[in-house]
Amino acid sequence: MADPTKRNGEDGREPTSSDDANLTARLKSLDARLDQATAQRTKITEAPSRSKSDSKALGQAFRLSAEFVSGVVAGGIVGWLVDHLFGISPWGLIVCIILGFCAGMLNLLRAAGLVKGARYDEKR
Amino acid sequence: MASPIEQFQIKPIIPVINFTNSSLFMVGAVAVIVGGLMLATRKRAIVPGRAQSVAETLHDFVAGTLRDAAGEEGMKFFPLVFSLFMFVFTANMLGMIPGFFTVTSQVIVTFSLAILVMGTVVIYGLLKHGTHFFGLFVPSGVPVWLLPFIVVIELISFISRPVSLSLRLFANMLAGHIALKVFGGFVAALLGAGGALAILAPLPLFMAVALMALEFLVAALQAYVFTVLTCIYLNDALHPGH
Repeated sequence: MADPTKRNGEDGREPTSSDDANLTARLKSLDARLDQATAQRTKITEAPSRSKSDSKALGQAFRLSAEFVSGVVAGGIVGWLVDHLFGISPWGLIVCIILGFCAGMLNLLRAAGLVKGARYDEKR
Repeated sequence: MASPIEQFQIKPIIPVINFTNSSLFMVGAVAVIVGGLMLATRKRAIVPGRAQSVAETLHDFVAGTLRDAAGEEGMKFFPLVFSLFMFVFTANMLGMIPGFFTVTSQVIVTFSLAILVMGTVVIYGLLKHGTHFFGLFVPSGVPVWLLPFIVVIELISFISRPVSLSLRLFANMLAGHIALKVFGGFVAALLGAGGALAILAPLPLFMAVALMALEFLVAALQAYVFTVLTCIYLNDALHPGH
């Protein structure tokens, strides 16, 4: 709705003041109606989601904690193997558990959707 | 009152060949799947009956999940994914029957399934892509001085996948069944206490009923999550370096 009026302005023809006032009035009423509609919609969606949120949150808690714990556990396994293979106990375990924490955090962020896939740059 | 974790005890049934109650329910799950699907698809009607449409729905559901995650070429893994889904789902559901043993509440079972998936991913990825498969561990757009750390962290993150895959299923089933048993135990304990406490006994019973519904949801959901993650990992084997 805003597009055609904007194009008029860009063409060089200055919008008249009555046009402007008309437009702002219409925008205002539209805003008010949108606010009303969104308020109503959130009210509608919020009521049933209240009871459901418990099991959903529990599921997410399980999922995310498993992601993090598994990272640390995997780091521990790798560290233990490194210690056994190279006989540098306990340094392999110490370093790999710390790296495991990092991997766990990475898993966590990926599972939560805060880091996208295997890309670290913003090109995607 | 019985301990809430007594239900997870493994008891030998035929000690000579180490056939335990866990093995029995694994065989049972496979028998239910094979028998059920054979029975459902026996007629091979063009217009499916009730049983046949259930089987077709399951097939389409898993096929759709696999296609969404790994694309059309992922369909070559369909037998593996469908077997995994049906086994986990049936084992979870059999575990919901009171008195039955829950196979997926044993971490060694879920870990074996996860290792099977990751073994498939690694072997297929290496055979198909060779050394290009290791591009999975080298993300693009990382400064050179950070690369060694990132590669090690990515490697550990990859190793943690089977751990998290198995841990999630196992922990969900274990926790759910313990919670059910604890609330069931409350009912018995309150009734046993008698007097005013016995009047309170229905409260944990309602909780147990609600938990039962939640557990059915979790049992189905975890089988689905296991399948989805399997598909996502298989996608890594098909298209590494994405």
